[in-house]
Amino acid sequence: MDGSTSAAPAPAAITTPLRPAVRGRMVRAALRNPSLMIGVLILLAVIVVAILAPLLFPGDPQDMVADPTLWPGEDPQYPLGTDSLGRDVAAGLAYGARVSLLMGLAAAVIGLVIGIAVGATGGFFGGWVDNVLVRLTELFQTVPTFLLVIVIVAIGEPSAPVIAWAIGLAAWPGVARLVRAQFRSLRETDFVMAARALGYSAPRIILREIMPSALAPIIVATSVLMANAILTEAGLSFLNMGDPNLMSWGSMIGDGRALLRTEWYLTALPGAAIAITVLSLNLVGDGLNDVLNPRSGQA
Amino acid sequence: MAPLLEVQDLVIGFPQAEIVHGIDFHIDPGETLALVGESGCGKSITALGLIRLLPQGAAIRRGRVLFEGMDLATASPRQMRDIRGKRISLILQEPMTALNPVLTIGRQIAEVLRRHEPISAAAAERRVVELLDLVGIVEPQRRYHDFPHNFSGGMRQRVMIAMAVACNPRLVIADEPTTALDVTIQAQVLDLLDGLRRQLGMAVLLITHDLGVVAQWADRVTVMYAGRIAEQAPVGAFFAAPRHPYARGLLGASVGHEEEAHYTTRRLAEIPGSVASAAGLPGCPFETRCPEAIPACGIRPPALEPVAAGHRVACVVEAARTGANHAAAHG
Repeated sequence: MDGSTSAAPAPAAITTPLRPAVRGRMVRAALRNPSLMIGVLILLAVIVVAILAPLLFPGDPQDMVADPTLWPGEDPQYPLGTDSLGRDVAAGLAYGARVSLLMGLAAAVIGLVIGIAVGATGGFFGGWVDNVLVRLTELFQTVPTFLLVIVIVAIGEPSAPVIAWAIGLAAWPGVARLVRAQFRSLRETDFVMAARALGYSAPRIILREIMPSALAPIIVATSVLMANAILTEAGLSFLNMGDPNLMSWGSMIGDGRALLRTEWYLTALPGAAIAITVLSLNLVGDGLNDVLNPRSGQA
Repeated sequence: MAPLLEVQDLVIGFPQAEIVHGIDFHIDPGETLALVGESGCGKSITALGLIRLLPQGAAIRRGRVLFEGMDLATASPRQMRDIRGKRISLILQEPMTALNPVLTIGRQIAEVLRRHEPISAAAAERRVVELLDLVGIVEPQRRYHDFPHNFSGGMRQRVMIAMAVACNPRLVIADEPTTALDVTIQAQVLDLLDGLRRQLGMAVLLITHDLGVVAQWADRVTVMYAGRIAEQAPVGAFFAAPRHPYARGLLGASVGHEEEAHYTTRRLAEIPGSVASAAGLPGCPFETRCPEAIPACGIRPPALEPVAAGHRVACVVEAARTGANHAAAHG
């Protein structure tokens, strides 16, 4: 259509496609949304620290570098102090951010892929397929999430990939139910009927017609999923079931637990890191919910 | 001329009940056939049955739907997908909801083209702009990138029509395409559809309950009542002299535009009773509401009998009357 645009008598300002304008509206709505912006800023800060960890703190965070239980500020070289083994708490927090974010992301992706596949299939086709998938979903939901993760990790080995899979496997039923509900209502809409009448196949209708409409709640759910995955991973590490080769916020809390009354900063600092990161993800989720809601920006 | 689509003894039912009880009709290439009847008479189900998009639970139980040498009632799902949107397309009643709200209309039309024709993305986009222009959308290049909510109801129905005719179908099924639109827009949209029918040489199956629409835009009319065909006739003959008592009742119940026939000066005729009263009767479904019913009506459903060229009626009384006239003429 580029060639024909110049032929149109309308002024150039009108012939520009509206699409960038729509995107622009989304961006503006995002910038105006305080909870989204705060969440994004905190999350970005955590991500930057995670990425720069090897530069900020060269060397292994598990190394004993100084006297044990230095309080924050006691030694300017270790601004956040050292733990009971003399490991640098600041380095541990930075490396822990990598573990938390990566585990959260990997587990969320695994949970999303399984959940969307199951939910979309069941919701769209209905009938016995749906029945089987709903029963399967319920089967997973009857087992408490955290217990399921512990069982899977106990059967396997406490390595990062196994833990990510375990959290993802425990998290997908929630996504599946959300996606199924979306698909069940959307498959009855006229535009899906129209799509069938145009000869589109089921996968095409699922992916190209229904998915865009179902995407907003899925994106919002992703941030919560990631937050929960980070919490679950921290819980696992706290119970000493995390990957022993990785410095994680949860394992730092677990190590500091014995000194809770005297050196409480050893649990408070990684605890605050977890709380802030999870809070930022929840803020992002809430903010995206407002921005992505097509009815919010049209008033 | 061989018919484009021929329906033979089509029976459609839900598990509990039969809705369409064995109907026969055909559509010739390039003509507009109107399917009329009140709500619940099975006209929409019939139309959806033709392209096998029946609601969940409903199924074709018997009969054939012959289209271009294929029986659509038994075609494979893949064959049906290739026919839908390319050879037969559907225009739904409600243009407000029939377009995907999150995709630009240009993309939606382009997708139809790319689904059924080996065409590049750029070529599809050019075709879409032509199609939008064809259905009377101003500034098609700009509107290509608009979302459905940027359009009015009439404009959206134009977009739906553009999608329906994108692949030059042989048959367009329009299921009450203007019910959701106001009257002035209705005329524009139907004129557009009629113009495209001539221009592209396609046939239209127009489902409606509006006899004014039938009179103005259809070539032939098929009246359905309670899942059966009551009368089939060319539009001229139908409006001049409807033969089935139900069809006469329908015409009597419509408001004419003549001054003296206005409802303020003349009481509107009505058909007593409701369609529901036909349930479970062995005979003619219209018997209980029919002013001319005779005992013979209650025995079995009347067959569709020819009473004139291209004019068939399913009525015992009317068939006897025609037979008597014939006998008188020939005796």
